Amino acid sequence: MVLGGKSLSLAGYFREYGKRIRAGDLGALPIILGLLVIATIFQTLNQNYLTPRNFVNLILQMAGITTIAIGVVYVLLLGEIDLSISYVSAVAAVFMTMRLRPPDGWPWFVALIAALIFAAAIGFVQGLIITRFKLPSFVVTLAGFLIWNGVVLILIGNGGTVIIQDPVIIGIANYFLPALWGWIVVVGGAILFAANRVMSWNTRRRRGIASTPALVVALQGLAIILAAVVVVSIANQDRGVPFVGILLLILLVGFTFLAERTPFGRYVYAIGGNAEAARRAGIQVQRIRVLVFMISSFMAGMGGVILASRLRSVDTAAGGGSLMLNSIAAAVIGGTSLFGGSGRVISAFLGALVIASVENGMGLLGLSAGVKFVVTGLVLLLAVLVDAISRRGRARSGVA
Amino acid sequence: MAQEPLLQLKGVSKSFGAVQALYRVDFAAYRGEVMALVGDNGAGKSTLIKGVAGIYPFDEGEVYFDGQPVQIHNPREASALGIEVVYQDLALADNLDVVANMFLGREMIQKPWRLDEAAMERKALETLDSLAVTTIRSVRQPVAELSGGQRQSIAVAKAVMWNSKLVILDEPTAALGVAQTRQVLDLVRRLADNGLAVVLISHNLHDIFEVADRITVLRLGQNVKEFIAADTTHEEVVHAITAGALRHVPGMVKNG
Ligand SMILES: Nc1ncnc2c1ncn2[C@@H]1O[C@H](COP(=O)(O)OP(=O)(O)OP(=O)(O)O)[C@@H](O)[C@H]1O
Ligand SMILES: [Mg+2]
Repeated sequence: MVLGGKSLSLAGYFREYGKRIRAGDLGALPIILGLLVIATIFQTLNQNYLTPRNFVNLILQMAGITTIAIGVVYVLLLGEIDLSISYVSAVAAVFMTMRLRPPDGWPWFVALIAALIFAAAIGFVQGLIITRFKLPSFVVTLAGFLIWNGVVLILIGNGGTVIIQDPVIIGIANYFLPALWGWIVVVGGAILFAANRVMSWNTRRRRGIASTPALVVALQGLAIILAAVVVVSIANQDRGVPFVGILLLILLVGFTFLAERTPFGRYVYAIGGNAEAARRAGIQVQRIRVLVFMISSFMAGMGGVILASRLRSVDTAAGGGSLMLNSIAAAVIGGTSLFGGSGRVISAFLGALVIASVENGMGLLGLSAGVKFVVTGLVLLLAVLVDAISRRGRARSGVA
Repeated sequence: MAQEPLLQLKGVSKSFGAVQALYRVDFAAYRGEVMALVGDNGAGKSTLIKGVAGIYPFDEGEVYFDGQPVQIHNPREASALGIEVVYQDLALADNLDVVANMFLGREMIQKPWRLDEAAMERKALETLDSLAVTTIRSVRQPVAELSGGQRQSIAVAKAVMWNSKLVILDEPTAALGVAQTRQVLDLVRRLADNGLAVVLISHNLHDIFEVADRITVLRLGQNVKEFIAADTTHEEVVHAITAGALRHVPGMVKNG
């Protein structure tokens, strides 16, 4: 009889877990340890690091790159790359801002939706070129990187800045929920999320195929609610829960669902694991590829809007600096493989959290941009090393 | 036997650049029978079945299924007709678990777009149990963690899970141990006895004589002969594989 996963005993569950860890299947463990180390170091160096104010700042700082990195995760899952994301994000932001400009500006939602559709259309064209002409995504999106950089400069004009005046668009990254609403939305959401998990666990159990012990499911649910309570109480000591934090959660949950619970997501993983097997299974590989490049551009556009909202303007520097490299690094630091088929949407969040924590901490210490780059680079290197070493552990113990 | 074949190929050819992999090959598979397809390495066996499976098109020739002329452009159309293939190069996604692989491209759906994991897991377990595949620890482990034989069993189980009419197996026992080979051969026989048409490619004549009703021999991309298994011998088949008469002399074929 093959083990479908009848309910394990609690001891059995932890024995399995311990076995996986020893075999090198570390999951999110290294990154959580890493975050603890980062927090300890910066807190000892500067007492302002672990404060409610800085906590809220961190959420605001990581929102844009997390959003872009979610799209990157999908592209990496396919085993492809998208270098155009940073300037696609800038183009979307510029497009939206210019459409908002009085006197004949569009209503905010029309400008926003048009900008996001425009971004997705860029991904459609790039994806189509990559799949139709069998070109490496590296080259096509590198061309995109240059082209969209140029378009941003042309649209804005030399040294110009376009100010955003629309209060709703500014609110995306600058609005904070009143204390009570913070409690209702975040803790309420966490309770719904936990309840949903318990319910789907229960369905599995009734159909005779649950694998997690009841106690573990209950503890996980409580941990989620507890985390929500902690987050809200800290945020409410400062300005409150930022709206963009809620937006981020919705995006993370939605894109995780898409990746892990729908046929589309299953096909993305299958193509990244073995494209020929996917083709023979009747999956329309090229169509999925194009859709993924559209997701990548769409999320880049969304991230661009968030970044512009935070600055309340766009200028010729939009999309520049280390935005593209940081977004890709976030997905990789979070544990998504560059070789396709392995990774999770949540890695966008974890990686962005690491990058933002380091940048934020070094900002507080007043370190130069040079030092920031060096440290972020070392963190990236460390992350891929940990992954490679743990993968070797897995190969040795015969679990890969 | 005068019955009409379920699958019939008439004069199919396929070339890869300068390599003429198949030249005007005729082939048939019958309901309730195991048709063995044999030939040396590179004879064109895998090419023949990939054409049937819609992996690539034949250059010329006709394909009939259930008496109807058909064009199979892609794997989806093949499975819609009821054709399932176990490929020599297994075609499993290593990063996905056993259940995900068995249902790849044909997932069960719940509500609007959600995968029905529970139902898929149950059906996968049932299928594996019915095939007496007992060595797999969990159907939730990635296929990468399985042994060659276990992967082979999964590929076979994947092909027979659907209510198919024609099951094609390309060297399904090549990587298997004694006990698992036994199981696959029993399974092949059982499928045919249940009325399916089965095409079995193998280099092991012993296995073939055990389960096959007919044997088609390919040599250098051409038909050599079709035998009734009960009316022939190992020696005859071996002779056909290695030295069977070719209808078209190599070098005189028009391709080039
Ligand atoms: N995709 C391809 N591209 C180019 N040539 C190919 C391709 N597939 C097969 N061939 C060639 O076609 C011929 C027949 O190959 P095929 O794989 O059908 O042989 P086979 O009978 O299955 O052999 P084996 O017993 O080794 O599996 C060989 O000469 C092979 O090199
Ligand atoms: Mg072959």
